Amino acid sequence: MNILEIRGLWKNFGKLSAVAGVDLDFREGEFTSIIGPNGAGKTTLFNLITGKLSPTSGTIMFNGKDITGLTPFQISRLRLSRIFQITNLFPDLTVYENIKVAILAKRKESLRMFTLTQNRSEADLETEKILEVIGLLDKKDSICGSLSHGDQRLVEIGVALATDPVLLLLDEPTGGMGPEETDRMVQFIRTLPERQKVTILLVEHDMSVVFSVSERIVVMHQGAIIADGRPEDIRRNEKVREAYLGE
Amino acid sequence: MLNRYLWFTGLIILIILAPLFLSNFLVVFLTEMLIMILFAISFNLLFGYTGLLSFGHAAFFSIGSYVTGLILLHIYPSIPLAFLIGVIAATLAACIIGYFCVRLDEIYFAMLTLAFGMMVHTIVWKWDRLTGGADGLVNIPRPPLNFLLFQVDLSSIASYYYFTLILVAISLYILWVIVNSHFGLALKAIRENSDRIQFVGINVRRYRLISFVISGFFCGLAGAIFGPFLKSITPSIAFWTKSAEPVFMSLLGGTKIFLAPAVGSVIFMYLKEIISGYTELWMIYLGAILIGFVLFLPGGIVGFLYEKLKGRRLGGIVG
Repeated sequence: MNILEIRGLWKNFGKLSAVAGVDLDFREGEFTSIIGPNGAGKTTLFNLITGKLSPTSGTIMFNGKDITGLTPFQISRLRLSRIFQITNLFPDLTVYENIKVAILAKRKESLRMFTLTQNRSEADLETEKILEVIGLLDKKDSICGSLSHGDQRLVEIGVALATDPVLLLLDEPTGGMGPEETDRMVQFIRTLPERQKVTILLVEHDMSVVFSVSERIVVMHQGAIIADGRPEDIRRNEKVREAYLGE
Repeated sequence: MLNRYLWFTGLIILIILAPLFLSNFLVVFLTEMLIMILFAISFNLLFGYTGLLSFGHAAFFSIGSYVTGLILLHIYPSIPLAFLIGVIAATLAACIIGYFCVRLDEIYFAMLTLAFGMMVHTIVWKWDRLTGGADGLVNIPRPPLNFLLFQVDLSSIASYYYFTLILVAISLYILWVIVNSHFGLALKAIRENSDRIQFVGINVRRYRLISFVISGFFCGLAGAIFGPFLKSITPSIAFWTKSAEPVFMSLLGGTKIFLAPAVGSVIFMYLKEIISGYTELWMIYLGAILIGFVLFLPGGIVGFLYEKLKGRRLGGIVG
């Protein structure tokens, strides 16, 4: 079954078309990466899917439901989640609070004004579970802004996972990481689909990461799809070599 | 830990016993302080916990105050009835003003609240026949509280002090619970990053509006207590300088610790009282002191002490 169907999607900024007529289907459970040179429209595509931007034209269907033009919080409630290219968290809250607030939102308990957060509840168990998944249980009381870049990227994923997504959009999870941190992150991302029963869409610059984790690769160039297929097909594709790999 | 509780208990006993050994003048001063503490902490729910700087909170304070005063003067001299209607009026105003303001962020939010605040001030000032114009409301009565079996006389300042103390204590307790609740955590997350929080499924506008209305409710209550306390009120309580007071108090004390604005209020009012005894130009001196605090102690006095004592950065977890 297709978890996400994109039809005739355009996004224009003035004269520039950041996304120019994209048609894509994503199957549930298939690890797909989107690659392309800087400015190819990958992040814009993510912003359109998650409601941060609204498209100029076209439709986006998620799990059979038209989500075109919905707001980010509405889309998130349908269990479509994302992480951001530039770390985007609640810096002055603890790691624990970062995750817990997302858990509370998912459980629709975040409007409770007379339930003290210090009283343990089901939500705390779920929070700890997520902390265990991202491996930061021992740093749960640290102020998030004081963590290393790599750990903050993990919290970023933790916050996204806390909403219990069926589709997770990862925008350069290894961006700005050293080789060791990248390795750790790749290992982690690789285990996610099975562990969390989530379909992953990855935007990534590091080609070794992309080719090692993906079952399918979509190549974007100047807002359009120029290739789409299994990693070995993409590696051989002439158009991709020309436009992207620069050969 | 034990030490802290001892201090706290001692302080509470002092507050409770204050009218027994202080002069009437000082009890009046303390009562006003309590009202301003409630005003500042309600304001800080929006400022310190939700991340929205309002420059128009005098609107809710003055609406609470004027409506309560008008009911007591012209409709029926009953404190519970007048307070109820006064607070409802302030809350309704917060719903309407908040509805428009929470659509905006930061400086735009601040300017819009300022504009609404000035509108309320103009209405209060110019609607002579209802509000008494520049003279305001005079001779607001302070009728006794009627319980079924007994009456509580509020005419002495000591009794009104206790009445204020009880209302403020209950309000602060409720606000404390809200700040430390699930909702409070969501507010802090909105303060930290109002963009990201939408991607976990939270409707930021709705949360901001609720916070705005709660804040308006308690500011209205502070205003309601204020009218019968002074027995006369003037449009100056709706002026933007009144809106600036809780801003100063919160910055002075600290915005991320629940009771810090109370410390800020005490210091602010004390400084104002002392300096205005010496010179008409007290605002210049007070302003200079405040600028110093804001520049050199950006976390406020309590925030600064807290960091020194704990030796760590101040997070959002502090009640």
